[in-house]
Order: sequence, then C-alpha cells, then structure tokens
Amino acid sequence: MRQSFYDIIASNRRKTFFMVLLFLLLVGAVVWAFAMATDMAPVAVPLAVIIAIAATWASYYFSDRIVLGISRARPVDKNELPYLVNITEAVAIGAGVPVPELYIIEDTAPNAFATGRNPRNSVVCVTRGLVQKLNREELEGVIAHEVAHIRNYDILLATVAVTMVGIVALLSDWMLRFSWRSGRRRSRSHGSGGDAAGAVLLLIGLIVAILAPLVAQLLRFSLSRRREFQADATAVQITRYPPGLANALRKIAADPEPLEVANKATAHLYIYNPLKDMEGPVDRLFNTHPPIAERVKVLESMS
Amino acid sequence: MYGWIVPVAIAAIALLTVVGIYNRLIILRNRVANAWAQIDVQLKRRADLVPNLVETVKGYVKHERGTLEAVTKARAAVLQGGTVGEQAQANDMLTNALKSVFAVAEAYPDLKANQNFLMLQEELSGIENKIAYARQFYNDSVLSLNQATQVFPSNMVASMFGIRQQEYFEAEGADREPVQVKF
Repeated sequence: MRQSFYDIIASNRRKTFFMVLLFLLLVGAVVWAFAMATDMAPVAVPLAVIIAIAATWASYYFSDRIVLGISRARPVDKNELPYLVNITEAVAIGAGVPVPELYIIEDTAPNAFATGRNPRNSVVCVTRGLVQKLNREELEGVIAHEVAHIRNYDILLATVAVTMVGIVALLSDWMLRFSWRSGRRRSRSHGSGGDAAGAVLLLIGLIVAILAPLVAQLLRFSLSRRREFQADATAVQITRYPPGLANALRKIAADPEPLEVANKATAHLYIYNPLKDMEGPVDRLFNTHPPIAERVKVLESMS
Repeated sequence: MYGWIVPVAIAAIALLTVVGIYNRLIILRNRVANAWAQIDVQLKRRADLVPNLVETVKGYVKHERGTLEAVTKARAAVLQGGTVGEQAQANDMLTNALKSVFAVAEAYPDLKANQNFLMLQEELSGIENKIAYARQFYNDSVLSLNQATQVFPSNMVASMFGIRQQEYFEAEGADREPVQVKF
C-alpha cells in the first residue's frame, strides 16, 4: 500500500499520544493500588516521583557527554571530513534546525546515534565505517533519521518514559515489601467484617505490583519503536528520498561487524542494534527498535 | 442582571481567536523569512566561490571559454537579485553552468588531480545540496503560510492585517530550459 509520509507522521503522532496516555493510566493504576493496599500513599507516592525524576534528570542533562565519552567519540570539523559536514549542514537546513555537533567513532562497523536535550544542544555521532560504506544518499538518510530524533524531542520523550517506568517500579517494589504489614494492621483494626474486602484489595494490589513493572517496560519499548518509525518518516520528509534510508538500513543490518565500543547501556541509542543480538521472536517485545525488514517495508511504501 | 455576560463572553472568545490566528500567521511568515535567509546565504556563498573556480579551471582548460563565460554570466545574474522566481531561475542557470564545467573537467586529468579544484568541487556540490534542502524547506514553509491565508477563517485575519501569500522558489516553466553542453 502506498502512503504519504504526512499520513505516516500523523498516524505515529496519534499512536504516540495513546501510548503516553496508557503510561499515565498505568501510573494512575499503580498509585491507586498502592493507596488501597497500604496506608503510606501520601508519603510514598511523592517520594517515588521525586526519586524517579532525580534519577533521570541527571541522565537527561549529562548523558550526551557520558555516552560520547564511553563510546570514545571525538568531534570532527570541516577540514577533516568536509563531505560529512556538508551533508549534515544540508540535512539540518532541510529540517529547519540548528546544525548539530558532529562526532565520529573510529570503528569500521557502520552505525550512528543522536543525543542531546533539544535542537540547540544536540550531537550526531557516526562511525568511520558509516562514512566509508554508505554513498551520499544513504548517508543523508541516516543523518536525517538522527536529526529527526532531535527535532521530534525523542530524547526528552524517552527520559519521560524511563521516569514513569521508575515510578511504577518503585511503587510496586514498596508495595510488595510493605503491604503485608499494613494489610494485617488494617484487618486487625477493622475487625473480622473488613477481612474479606481487605483480602481482595490486597490481592489486587499484589497482582498490580507484580505485573505493572513488566507492563511499564513493554510500554516503554513499544513507545521507543514507535519513535523509530516516526524518525524514519520524518527523515523522508526531510530528504524526500525514501530509498536512501532504506538502502542504508539494509547495508547496516547486513554488515557482519559488531561495534566494539557499544554495550548494553548504549545499544538502544544507535540507529541499528550494534550488538547484533536480540533477534528472536520474543526479543522483539523487549527491543527498542523495530526489525529492519519492517522499517524498510514502511519506507518503501512511501516511495 | 447577568445578561451582559453572554455578549461579553462571545466578544472575548472572538478576540482570542483572532489573536491566536494572527500569532500563528506571523509565526508562519517569520518561518518563510528565515527559510529564505537560509537560501540566500547559500546562494551568496556559492557566488563567492565561482571566481575561484574560474581562475583554477582557466589555467588547464584552453578551449572551453564558452563554458566558463556561461558560469560568470550566471553568477552575475544570481548576484543581481530580483524576485524570488527570478532568483530561482538565475540559481538554476548557475547550477547547470557549473555542471557543464565539471563535465568538461572530466577530460583534463591534470585538473582533476589539482587539490584546489577537488576542494572547490566538493564545496560547490555541498552548497548545491544545501540549496536543494533550503529550497524544499522554504517551499514547505511557503505552502503552510499560503494555505493559512487561503482557508477560512484565517484568510479573513490575513486580509485584515495584510499578510500576503509568498512566492515559491522555482523557475517559471517556460524559461526552464537546461543550458546546452557543447564539447
């Protein structure tokens, strides 16, 4: 089926909205269950929110420098790689954002990622292999995908998602630790009449506490995959040339070399999983990126 | 007693709507201006590089005076300015003239080994690419603005404040003949 990138961008935007809504409902459900199962909600809920925000705030502000550091990336300028700098400047003009800082990783495995809080503080990082193995149109496609992440504020959205996962995880964990004690206390104070109702509430609380963190993670991964599709579609809006990115993705996926500087903590940032693991059917649910074949299919439907 | 509330509320809502639409139109118009500035910067940068290129190529290429003259002429047309459409046309002329120069250069191995020439070639094709992207962003911005000035009710606000449609950056159909390349 042929479709325009305008429709795909609009549809991804709607789906993103519903996922964020689901996330908020999930957090709401956990808070509700927590309030039902324990009597510590007035203290615990704000505490969980504060801890989760504090933990992700630092990563939001400093992760770009940390990631560039552990990936052993260094800045490149126009004298060294005029070709890459020209392409990035052109794509930034097409996207209507300031030109991001450019970094390179000296590794022959082709890959790339973007980081930074907003278009004014953004970095695009590519590997030497990407510059060597892709032609101009393909490189433009990849850079446009990364610039699209920046323009769409995906780093902010991912941080918000991780914050919500954190709130859910903390509350669920505390519920499992404390609900027994307070539950017992509550049933004693209410006498034998409240026992059955208390037990049911406790059971619901337990089920929520056990399932919610898993659901939150799955929701986070699914949101991330949606944003990858969105970055692909936005890249097409910028370059107006779907085959560039599609061919680049095929080349990057077919390349047998693993990227040595990538690890579990940074793998999700790259345009394609640099560890080349997670290819089974169940892994899909826990993956931050959709399978290449699906991304290529959507890109080809736009051309 | 509270009969005045309804008309006042309606007037307030109408005023807020007009303000909202007006602000959106101004944002769209500023975006077009900014997008145009992006094109303009690249057009000037390219025009600045052309004399360099002509000087470099002149030393190697003896029999292609016409090709180089076409480049110089196109550059003058770009620097002359004019309406958006005229500038787009001059820009297309220069793009085609440069293409001819690089096509001619293929026949001169010494020229193709010249570092200065290679640098200019990458720089000029980089700028051409940027112009293409800037043109697209500009035309997209113009499309948004023009649409807003055409659809109801923002067309009323636009005409009230004199916010006009803008011209697309493209050469007019009739004059869009490619430059002949002669060898």
